[in-house]
Amino acid sequence: MSHVSMPTLRRQPLDPPEEVLRLQEEGPIHRMTFADGHLGWLVTGYSTARAVLASPHFSNRPETMHPIVPSRLEIARRGVPPVTRGFFLRMDPPDHTRYRKLLTGQFTVRRIKMLEPRIAEITAACLDEMEAAGGPLDLVEAFALPIPSLVICELLGVPYEDRAQFQVDSQILFNLETGADEALAAIGRISAYLHGLIQHKRETPSDDLLSGLIEGGELDDEELIGVSFLLLVAGHETTANMLGLGTYALLTNPDQLAAMRDDPSVAENGVEELLRYLTIIHLGPLRTALEDVEIEGALIKAGETVAMHLPVANRDPERFPDGDRLDVTRPAGGHLSFGHGIHQCLGQQLARAEMRIAYPALLRRLPGLRLAVSPEEVPMRSDMSIYGVHRLPVTW
Amino acid sequence: MKIKADTSVCIGAGMCVLTAPDVFDQSDEDGTVVLLQESPPEGQEEAVRRAVTLCPSGALSVE
Repeated sequence: MSHVSMPTLRRQPLDPPEEVLRLQEEGPIHRMTFADGHLGWLVTGYSTARAVLASPHFSNRPETMHPIVPSRLEIARRGVPPVTRGFFLRMDPPDHTRYRKLLTGQFTVRRIKMLEPRIAEITAACLDEMEAAGGPLDLVEAFALPIPSLVICELLGVPYEDRAQFQVDSQILFNLETGADEALAAIGRISAYLHGLIQHKRETPSDDLLSGLIEGGELDDEELIGVSFLLLVAGHETTANMLGLGTYALLTNPDQLAAMRDDPSVAENGVEELLRYLTIIHLGPLRTALEDVEIEGALIKAGETVAMHLPVANRDPERFPDGDRLDVTRPAGGHLSFGHGIHQCLGQQLARAEMRIAYPALLRRLPGLRLAVSPEEVPMRSDMSIYGVHRLPVTW
Repeated sequence: MKIKADTSVCIGAGMCVLTAPDVFDQSDEDGTVVLLQESPPEGQEEAVRRAVTLCPSGALSVE
């Protein structure tokens, strides 16, 4: 068996690296050398990725992980970020379970449905401003980022006008080139901001998720910072990049754009297909075996780290035939873009609602929407742990 | 077909409600699955099976 290291170079902006696609043709799981020399695994098959992510024999705790890209070596060596209580994404049961259960009631299908009118209002307001300003403009700044940002801020009870205090730091944390000192400083600034906000809300509570958690009294200040840190950052970076990259994908596939715009019955499934086809979580997730475990014929030893390549797993021909093609009418449900297993995205119904509202609203309000530069000139987020476009210059 | 839902495993992702809303609901308190009916109504069997497959935590099964 050959040992590979994580290929990251994309030849086409919307396709995973060719090396990983080739590996998938050879089999679903491969030995891979991690950036620190650790001999672990790379999963390229859909059902294997699902099996690892669903298995209780793997940990998601950062201290068990080996870095997959060299730029994260220093961060891994120094144990950055330090494990914050309340940052439950990187915890195992029963700690993870305790935090997640406190929040799931706020993210149910029904709760999110109640937010839809407000999401539509925010979307319309962004479009009003875009029309008033006129093109060309950057769609990320005018549309893709403000919609999820406003929605998560209102849901959590974070004043939107404070966004400058965490949006820049959030970008620093997701940048693959960020050093350990810089990451620590950014974490410190966001945590200090949230600490101040929590103190303020303790004195003057309002009707929002953060106030509810404070009043619930189950979490101390450090845990509240950890939980709100996770929700704030995750609520921003994910949907924002899907809206930006998704619009790029539609603008460069005009027949798919027309289907999303003209047929309201397509939008729901079209969102699932964009999630599958674009899979913006492009470098992981990782899991480390807690004991020796056999996954579909491969013996993974205790302590070995497994990297799931979700963009390629979501194109596994056994699960999604002709998966290299964007087809908003294909049955795209079951993709792994929100993960799988106990860590599957808490905010996925919110993300779906935002996208189901935002894409059609954008395409219908501005039917002449087009790139203001050539597709090759759009700066892609290859340097970030969440893929997308840095900017999307458009006009109409 | 009889549906079983294990709320101690459920993580409240909501995939079942999204897939078969006549059969599954979520608790307002902790988001865990609530079975609206133990057997799917006619024509819903496939949706229920899909919900079982999609469930990320393995909380659902059918007999």
